[in-house]
Amino acid sequence: MFEAFRTIVSRDLLLAMRRRSDVLTTLFFFVIVVSLFPLGIGPELDTLRLIAPGVFWVAALLASMLALEKLFFVDYQDGALEQMLLAPQPLSILVLGKVLAHWLVTGLPLVLLSPLLGLQYDLPGDTIITMMITLLVGTPALSLIGAIGAALTLGLRGGGVLVSLLVLPLYIPVLIFGAGAVEAEASGLGGAGHLSMLGAILLLSILAAPLATSAALRISAE
Amino acid sequence: MVNIYKFASPATFYPVAGKIARVSTWIAVLLLAVGLYMSFFVAPTDYKQGEGYRIIFIHVPAAWMSMFIYVVMAFWAGVGLVFNTRLSSMMAQALAPTGAIMTFIALWTGAFWGKPMWGAWWVWDARLTSELILFFLYIGFIALQGAIDDTRRADRAGAVLLLVGVVNIPIIYFSVKWWNTLHQGASVSIKNGSAMSTIMLQTMLIMTFAFWAYSIAVALYRVRSIILEREKDARWVSELPEIRR
Amino acid sequence: MLEVHNLQCTRGDRRLFSGVGFRLSDGELLHLYGHNGSGKTTLLRTLCGLVAPTEGEVRWNGEPIRQQRDEYAAELLYLGHKNGLKDDLTGIENLLVACRMAGDSVKENQAWDVLERMGLRGHEDLPARVLSQGQQKRVALARLLLSNASLWILDEPFVGLDVAAVAFLEKVVADHVAGGGLVVLTTHQEVALTSGKVKKLRLGWKEDGHV
Repeated sequence: MFEAFRTIVSRDLLLAMRRRSDVLTTLFFFVIVVSLFPLGIGPELDTLRLIAPGVFWVAALLASMLALEKLFFVDYQDGALEQMLLAPQPLSILVLGKVLAHWLVTGLPLVLLSPLLGLQYDLPGDTIITMMITLLVGTPALSLIGAIGAALTLGLRGGGVLVSLLVLPLYIPVLIFGAGAVEAEASGLGGAGHLSMLGAILLLSILAAPLATSAALRISAE
Repeated sequence: MVNIYKFASPATFYPVAGKIARVSTWIAVLLLAVGLYMSFFVAPTDYKQGEGYRIIFIHVPAAWMSMFIYVVMAFWAGVGLVFNTRLSSMMAQALAPTGAIMTFIALWTGAFWGKPMWGAWWVWDARLTSELILFFLYIGFIALQGAIDDTRRADRAGAVLLLVGVVNIPIIYFSVKWWNTLHQGASVSIKNGSAMSTIMLQTMLIMTFAFWAYSIAVALYRVRSIILEREKDARWVSELPEIRR
Repeated sequence: MLEVHNLQCTRGDRRLFSGVGFRLSDGELLHLYGHNGSGKTTLLRTLCGLVAPTEGEVRWNGEPIRQQRDEYAAELLYLGHKNGLKDDLTGIENLLVACRMAGDSVKENQAWDVLERMGLRGHEDLPARVLSQGQQKRVALARLLLSNASLWILDEPFVGLDVAAVAFLEKVVADHVAGGGLVVLTTHQEVALTSGKVKKLRLGWKEDGHV
């Protein structure tokens, strides 16, 4: 079981390494969205500091959603998905492996880059660290929840727009607790409560989302 | 068990649904007439909120129904997924537009109520925000079903989405509530309004039952259309008097 | 033993086939044929458990496959229309990944051997996207030589192969059947088997067939 999990993670990472442009697209999307807000709102550092948590989190949410389209689609097209469905391991393990690999190439880079963007918004060091932690805990949850939507819309016309319609409402708790933790920390209230809620959501998504995704994949691949 | 399977067949359910739908329609019309009369003329003016409060006789039942219908949909979808019964998936599909409309009414009337009470059409109140998200969930379900051509895939994919949604609704509501209390100041709590008089409560209940009957009637009429559409090649459909004509 | 009872499948509003039933024992091959659109691929996918039939049941060793998904998957090897190859992986990587996902532990030198037997010598290290159609097919088929599965379900395995490769594949299939394995395949050509029993099933006529 672990062998199959490792195989799929390493396969997807290898594929991502050979197609680096896909990884960079998501990352630059995040950078551009975050950088657009000051242009729209104005360069007032006080205002920017105030809106930074929300901006970062909404940008991360959109970037994560943008990357979803590719999650199962290539496998669906070349027949690798059929082989996944027919593997003698529980499908949810393979799904978990795929989502992990997907997060490592689309989610983790955002987390690592966020401090640099935080400087653009003149955020103090503590806030930047909190921001990184919330993104580190929250973006995997986004990938896991998003996988359900990606699996449900597999191969449909206009799947990209549809997936956002399905997934964005489900992202709301992550957004609230993620951005809330940063805000609470910045205002001196302490973000521990929000952060543990975020952790709880991540845990729940690890347990439940692969099951729902597997069910959706079996339905969509029929 | 025999009975359940008998009614789970579209051919037997179709005429039964027609009868229930007709009865429900009359109940809805009657209760709506009584309820509206009571809400406009019988219920007393609220000493705090004036006449504007009367919109809650529509707002609250609609909000209740919007949440209730989603749970019922998820129930039918779950039954359809587990027991592979076509009819329950059709019920889920038939309820969706009604649920979405109830959510929309609740939002719309909420805005009408908010303008005189809070001075703004839209307030990021926890309940209103949750209702808005519920509306998105309904739209997502309808859009997903609309995008899938194969009915069986549409049924089952929709069911998974509904079940995921129903697990998420409490989490969403809770998080929105927490978010709202953290950002207090913008919103006014409804709780410190006046206590409701008995006549108001009675009116509200009558209106709720009216909405209930309406939802049943509309959903059953809709499920009859869905049955006809999906079973159009079946012999029993071609033998229906309304088809032969 | 693979048993199929009264199978029916619909796609959208269209009924692809109904009343399909057969029984395939160890050491037997089922040759499935029929005109385009008669539902051959759907039947194969139903046998795998990828498609749920609207009616009827597929049984493996007496039990419905739905109730023993993982056990059945371990006994099954399915090669469909799509090769399941990753364009950006080399032949050898593709083969190793495919085998490991299917639960077969395969050493790297075994994989090299097998690709050589499939006539891919010198091409093992090239990404699949630069291989020709026939070569890609050979990479996919190489799994047959490494698999422990007893039931092979092959959708048009001979398409795109040259004469030598067809002959080689026929021998591989025949060996599998001779060794007590089961094969279900679709093809437009006659399958020459030296041993074992060949059954035929024709899809796409009013009276859908029984064997």
